[in-house]
Amino acid sequence: MAEPLLTVEGLKKYYPIEGGVWRKTIGYVKAVDGVSFEVFKGETFGLVGESGCGKSTTGRALMRLIEPTEGRVVFAGQDITALDKRMLRKLRKDIQMIFQDPFASLNPRQTVGQIIEEPMIVHKIGTKAERKKRVRELLEVVGLSSAYADRYPHQFSGGQRQRIGIARALAVDPKLIIADEPISALDVSIQSQVLNLLQDLQEAFGLTFLFIAHDLSAVHHFADRVGVMYLGRLVEVAESDRLYASPKHPYTKALLASVPVPDPDYKSEGEVLQGDVPNPADPPSGCAFHPRCPFATDHCRRVRPELKTVEEEHRVACHLYA
Amino acid sequence: MRFGKNIFYYRSYNVAIYVGLAAKGGGLLSEPILAVKGLKTTFYTDDGQVPAVDGVDFSVRAGEILGIVGESGCGKSVTSLSIMRLVSAPGKIVDGRIVFNGEDITHASEKRMRQIRGDEMAMIFQEPMTSLNPVLTIGQQLVEAIRIHRKTSKREAEAQAAEWLKLVGLPRPKDLLKSYPHQLSGGMRQRVMIAMAMVCGPKVLIADEPTTALDVTIQKQILNLMKKLNRETGTAIILITHDLGVVAEMCDRVIVMYAGKVVEEGPVKAIFKNPAHPYTKGLLASVPDLRNRKKRLYSIPGNVPKPGEITNGCPFHPRCEWAMDRCRGSLPEWAALGAGHRARCFLHDMKDGIAPGKGESHGGTAVNR
Ligand SMILES: Nc1ncnc2c1ncn2[C@@H]1O[C@H](COP(=O)(O)OP(=O)(O)OP(=O)(O)O)[C@@H](O)[C@H]1O
Ligand SMILES: Nc1ncnc2c1ncn2[C@@H]1O[C@H](COP(=O)(O)OP(=O)(O)OP(=O)(O)O)[C@@H](O)[C@H]1O
Ligand code: SF4
Ligand SMILES: [Mg+2]
Ligand SMILES: [Mg+2]
Repeated sequence: MAEPLLTVEGLKKYYPIEGGVWRKTIGYVKAVDGVSFEVFKGETFGLVGESGCGKSTTGRALMRLIEPTEGRVVFAGQDITALDKRMLRKLRKDIQMIFQDPFASLNPRQTVGQIIEEPMIVHKIGTKAERKKRVRELLEVVGLSSAYADRYPHQFSGGQRQRIGIARALAVDPKLIIADEPISALDVSIQSQVLNLLQDLQEAFGLTFLFIAHDLSAVHHFADRVGVMYLGRLVEVAESDRLYASPKHPYTKALLASVPVPDPDYKSEGEVLQGDVPNPADPPSGCAFHPRCPFATDHCRRVRPELKTVEEEHRVACHLYA
Repeated sequence: MRFGKNIFYYRSYNVAIYVGLAAKGGGLLSEPILAVKGLKTTFYTDDGQVPAVDGVDFSVRAGEILGIVGESGCGKSVTSLSIMRLVSAPGKIVDGRIVFNGEDITHASEKRMRQIRGDEMAMIFQEPMTSLNPVLTIGQQLVEAIRIHRKTSKREAEAQAAEWLKLVGLPRPKDLLKSYPHQLSGGMRQRVMIAMAMVCGPKVLIADEPTTALDVTIQKQILNLMKKLNRETGTAIILITHDLGVVAEMCDRVIVMYAGKVVEEGPVKAIFKNPAHPYTKGLLASVPDLRNRKKRLYSIPGNVPKPGEITNGCPFHPRCEWAMDRCRGSLPEWAALGAGHRARCFLHDMKDGIAPGKGESHGGTAVNR
């Protein structure tokens, strides 16, 4: 396979919990607790998991939108975690983000043209005329009319606003796009429009995606490889088809068995997972999944399993596969 | 789960919930428990009239689960609020009839509606926090829900409340009764809401996106619970969702809404195996299927319209691949497709009917045939 464009090693993000009269730190929310993976050039790496498992925090910490507590992130041969502010700003041009809520992420007082042009101004790209031309091109690329440049975000539907967000991300020719739940706020018929657009752009411009979503069907459809997160840690990483055809971690299995299938003849197999996701401020000992796992042993309750390669291109953090 | 046993035990409280229902349920299977006929609900806003629900017909039989699917703004919630008579100004039911259990409740008094709501007809919402009172304990709220409609002592109501918490799969019901809503997780709150809706043994339960805010593993738990309650109590459920997977898994029959109108109705198998309306076909082809990875998804062109935006012809015509002149001219009538399956589309008027497969490119083939 190609060389990794992004390598994440032991990434951690702990949020302090303050308490008492002196507002002392009395503990930590271990939002991301030692996550390692790599994203290869031109591929889509999907990050899935239930609410609060640390997907967004991972995406933000790896480009230092929030400072990681620990860990190393190497992007295109450069150690992001070691960069100073100025270098970091330069590097941000190469990593762009697309957000879940296309409305909240667009400034309502700017025209669509200004919104898309802004990252070019920030990174000092082109003359004014060149930038205007590029804005019109980008609007066409994402399937909007270039005549929309003078309109304001509120004049657009959710799907159109997401297209504007995508055009803005593309404006500076990024190498990596982190898309955090880019379709979950959209209508069903619009979700496939946006997924298809991202797919087309990837083919046209050789883009690399980190695709964060809780919708397992969408991730399976769009991603080449997938990492499954549970309570701040990766529990399984594999090529997409392989992960869905033969999941190994009991959590991945349960997750897949829970996805409603749009076929009334289909009878889902597999156990329904009992209980709730535990509190990340007070994670269970050993394997964080053990209180909900039907196969948990004493060993699981005591010792935390590491992510290990169990088959070619298939990594699992579970004692069952030791 | 010891569900059946619990129900049995529950009867000994003399609450006549299931006994009566089960008997009636059997006999009335063909009679609808709820019928909605030509319902129109309009909002009179400063920006003009919004025909949110624009001529909706459907019925629900005792014991069945009816799914209402459609995209954002198509009128699903306003339909359910209209049935419960909870539409408030500037909204108004302007036409049509709602017949519940043989009684026309379209213009029933607020007093009568209060008797019906939470007793014979109950509703649960997407965000349980908005319908639970944050300053009362779960126990206080459940007991109140029980005692509004049933003459029971406080102690008896408390025992029933605890029993219901157990029925909906919540652990340590005695402790839970004393806790406040904010102390529970989203999934637990939704279970409490279900318990609250079910305590009086409603004949119809309207669930508006009950699992949309939940994680998939928790969604699965809640859906299983709802199905179990439906099968064991005979309560009819109207399940509103935009998730086609949830519909396939849960529902006996489905209505598909688009821009305030019902465009297709049928048994769940017919809708999924033989979708007849171009919108239903397009919607089904545009969702990824875990078992069968397609290279590319189909996508319906264009945007979801706002109510009242399309005033001429079939509301789907601007996005429809098969749209003909007459589609722009007038609203299609229902075309019967057999066994409770019907669609509002002109293609079914034509001799050969419609048969192009979903997701293929076939611009106008059906028209030219
Ligand atoms: N600024 C913060 N301070 C304290 N805790 C935080 C902060 N941001 C996130 N967290 C916690 O970190 C954990 C991970 O949050 P994160 O937003 O990364 O989850 P996620 O996987 O993206 O979830 P979702 O699917 O809901 O978006 C959660 O428990 C969250 O409550
Ligand atoms: N109070 C109101 N005032 C004006 N318009 C309203 C009001 N409530 C609803 N509407 C309009 O009625 C239409 C139907 O709304 P409804 O809430 O029924 O949609 P829905 O199908 O439930 O959508 P969603 O999937 O987003 O919940 C929407 O276009 C909405 O803008
Ligand atoms: S009536 Fe015409 S526009 Fe409407 S769905 Fe049928 S073919 Fe398409
Ligand atoms: Mg997130
Ligand atoms: Mg709604």
